[in-house]
Amino acid sequence: MAATFFGEVVKVRSRAVTEDEEDEEDPWAPDNPEDREVRRELERKREVEVLQTQTNLSLEIPLLEQYPCSKFIMAVGNNAVAFLSSFVLNSETWEEIGSTKLWNEWCRTTDTTNLSPTDAFCVFYRLKSDPTVFLCQCSCYVAEDQQYQWLEKVFGSSPKRNLQITILTSRHVTDYKTPESSCNLPSPFLKALKTQSFQDAACCTLLEQPNIVHDLPAAVLSYCQVWKIPAILYLCYTDIMKLDLVTIEAFKPILGSKSLKGLVKNVSHGTEILKKLVTTNEIQSNIYT
Amino acid sequence: MFVPCGTSEPDFTGFTLLMPAVSVGNVGQLAIDLIISTLNMCKVGYFYTDCLVPMVGNNPYATAEENSTELSINAEVYSLPSMNLMALQLRSIFIKYKSKLFCEKLISWMKSSKCARVIVLSSSHSYHCDDQQLRSIPFRYLLTPEMEKSVGETLQKLHWKEMEKSKSFPEIRDSGLCIRIPGGGITKVLYTESCSKGIQMAVVLKFVSEGDNIPDAFDLVRYLNDWLQIIKPQECSDPTTSVSQWKMPSSWRLLFGSGLPPALF
Repeated sequence: MAATFFGEVVKVRSRAVTEDEEDEEDPWAPDNPEDREVRRELERKREVEVLQTQTNLSLEIPLLEQYPCSKFIMAVGNNAVAFLSSFVLNSETWEEIGSTKLWNEWCRTTDTTNLSPTDAFCVFYRLKSDPTVFLCQCSCYVAEDQQYQWLEKVFGSSPKRNLQITILTSRHVTDYKTPESSCNLPSPFLKALKTQSFQDAACCTLLEQPNIVHDLPAAVLSYCQVWKIPAILYLCYTDIMKLDLVTIEAFKPILGSKSLKGLVKNVSHGTEILKKLVTTNEIQSNIYT
Repeated sequence: MFVPCGTSEPDFTGFTLLMPAVSVGNVGQLAIDLIISTLNMCKVGYFYTDCLVPMVGNNPYATAEENSTELSINAEVYSLPSMNLMALQLRSIFIKYKSKLFCEKLISWMKSSKCARVIVLSSSHSYHCDDQQLRSIPFRYLLTPEMEKSVGETLQKLHWKEMEKSKSFPEIRDSGLCIRIPGGGITKVLYTESCSKGIQMAVVLKFVSEGDNIPDAFDLVRYLNDWLQIIKPQECSDPTTSVSQWKMPSSWRLLFGSGLPPALF
């Protein structure tokens, strides 16, 4: 229990120990077969699978062990996905090779083969002219217990070091800690985090402590740090989390980075596509039109 | 699984492993932060596991611009060979249902790394204290039978208090006794597993309430220092000088969020 500034008494959840964990450790907790069956069923439902586009079958071995890869560019979240869609995916010819099938509280897309535009997804593409260049567009939420599974199914457990990974994502500006007030921050703005083996220069300043990153981007970057794979994560801190033109444009400095340079042909054409993409979405989400 | 930072596997034979339990107020983790930062311990590897929620950030112990951009992850191993010390720091919480699996993996690493003994820094909810505990010091310890042989006497000489056992069924007179560490996270599982696996382990904990737990972390490291003598104990008993003996890591800044908008005033 704790009293708030205004005097109400509220029950606080411990930062460290959840109530469930206490139950779990109780030796007297009933561990009947039915409970175990339910838990196993849920685990099966939450399993991450990578489906091959051509065959629509689940891949037996990790994606990057099946296909050789030299460059892996991934976008996590709507704004980063829209950025890569308009500037990179539209510049060259890409071939869709697979998608992940996953289910959790925030991502209930069951049919990954016939996606509707509003569905959340995680799709992998390969560049036609250089099939070792990969693009991953992930607009769905990958839950904590699924992030390691995702890594295993996509990268595998015996990682290759001759590969470079670039991750793009956005975070809300209130997650950014600074000694000044966050009201004065010129949002949206870019920050980067890189692994020890990443030698190139970042296109923006690095994320300062005590700022940290969670979720799938953190899982990928941790994996790269541990296995000494060069990787960089670009974070766009913004105050609008839905699809937003200003936020997406904030990613533009990355177009000049070494990992994206050869892949973007026409920036102005990309900007046009982007405008179309955002306006179509606006109309769809407006109930008064 | 332990993965070294460099190319060679470091040798931990005979080392003392210090580690936190992710527990109430994160006191153990804060205390380990203080130890790593004060002793300027070197990062030697990662404890890579699928049991902890992923997180990344830059070097939490940065002292200058040059070392501020080393990437840090959720579980890292630091060492100080000159003192035969190593520390495992955990920086995130467990993924649901994975804490037991983590303990198993950790214990098997403790065995394979050949470290001599393990000290777990932890905390427990102060509101669970009974009348007797309320009237005494807020620190307790637990020793596995293997550890009891080597340090039991030393701790008694220091007048340390062992964690009391409580009744398994409180209202029943002849009920058996068991150890309870409410809010201690994996502390109890780690301790009981270590007892049965013959690991030399000591648990040192403080009864705390959630809030600003920085003072609790200072208390815990100072208490631990009475036993381990990691740094020279302070000459005078003025508590304000002892704070400066332990170095707060740079990442403890902004614990309560960003600055306030000046328009408020």
